[in-house]
Amino acid sequence: MLKNSFRQYGWLSIAIHWLSAAVVIGMFAAGWWMVELSYYSPWYKDAPHYHKSVGILLMCLTVVRIIWKVSQETPKPLGKAWEILAARATHALLYILIITLFVSGYLISTADNRGIDVFNWFSVAPVGKLFTNQEDLSGIVHEYFAYTLIALASLHGLAALKHHFINNDNTLVRMLTFKKHKEKK
Amino acid sequence: MRKSLLAFSLLALLTGKAFAADYVVDTAGAHASINFKIQHLGYSWLTGRFNTFDGKFSYDPAKPEASTISVNINTDSLDSNHAERDKHLRGEEFLYVKKYPIAKFVSTKVESLGAERLKIFGDLSLHGITKPVIIMAEKIGEGKDPWGGYRVGFSGTTRIAMADYGIMTNLGPSSTHVELMLNLEGVKQ
Repeated sequence: MLKNSFRQYGWLSIAIHWLSAAVVIGMFAAGWWMVELSYYSPWYKDAPHYHKSVGILLMCLTVVRIIWKVSQETPKPLGKAWEILAARATHALLYILIITLFVSGYLISTADNRGIDVFNWFSVAPVGKLFTNQEDLSGIVHEYFAYTLIALASLHGLAALKHHFINNDNTLVRMLTFKKHKEKK
Repeated sequence: MRKSLLAFSLLALLTGKAFAADYVVDTAGAHASINFKIQHLGYSWLTGRFNTFDGKFSYDPAKPEASTISVNINTDSLDSNHAERDKHLRGEEFLYVKKYPIAKFVSTKVESLGAERLKIFGDLSLHGITKPVIIMAEKIGEGKDPWGGYRVGFSGTTRIAMADYGIMTNLGPSSTHVELMLNLEGVKQ
């Protein structure tokens, strides 16, 4: 099943979800590690290059994801009213955080009118300097939003586990399989 | 203003000597620059500059050793023509501009070496550390400008070890020192 239904996610949504999750965690780890590299590390040039390349591709994937999300149904959230509200707020915040990370990362690297080379495959054009100290302010935003995204994504994961093990509902299972499932409760 | 200028000129004519005058570095018209260079891997020079600074000096061509100069540099105005590198150089591993936003040079003594050359002793404060340095300077020229003012300009260089100023990040054996080049044109006040 490609598309989402009222009851469950289609395989495209599931694939994008887990691919994004893996990439976001990888990007966070890479970003954390690469800013501490010494100048003579063999990774000093390559790690930021891969980080930026993957970031641009993840941004493209996220654009597809959002278009896909709004183009069809979202499975009905399970749980109490406050849980549904909290889940919706968390999901919205996760999107806001990741989009801000794309924008701030882009603004760091393009503040001097340099483009971003994506795996030496294509280049993303710069828009140039939009405000003073652009690379520094964007860097601060990028750093703190990354921490916040990881914290909120952890909360999101814990909430899924709570639904699975404590509430015993389908919340996690339907993000893992796209066969028809009977409601447990 | 006119009168005092006239009086000053007369006095200068009579005594045949100029008097120590105060100058403000022409940052408004950007006829001044503070540049740095450091070797990259020992293979080339990387150059950059500080875009925001101010300075003033007093100078008397007849008595150059009485000159004084002070310069303040906004460290976050560093510009090496590469935003990612500038961000890195402003960060904690290098200039730490959030904590040390101003670098400063204040002269303590000036020696005249003749032929418009000066040896300027002074204290350079950078990254929270103040150390004595010597700037080897040369007067480029002096005289009236076309708009009713009077200007004199100098060029000076000095060389500092990053470690002396507590900047310990290792950039390799050829990149332990930074050369500073100051081109300062002053407008007489």
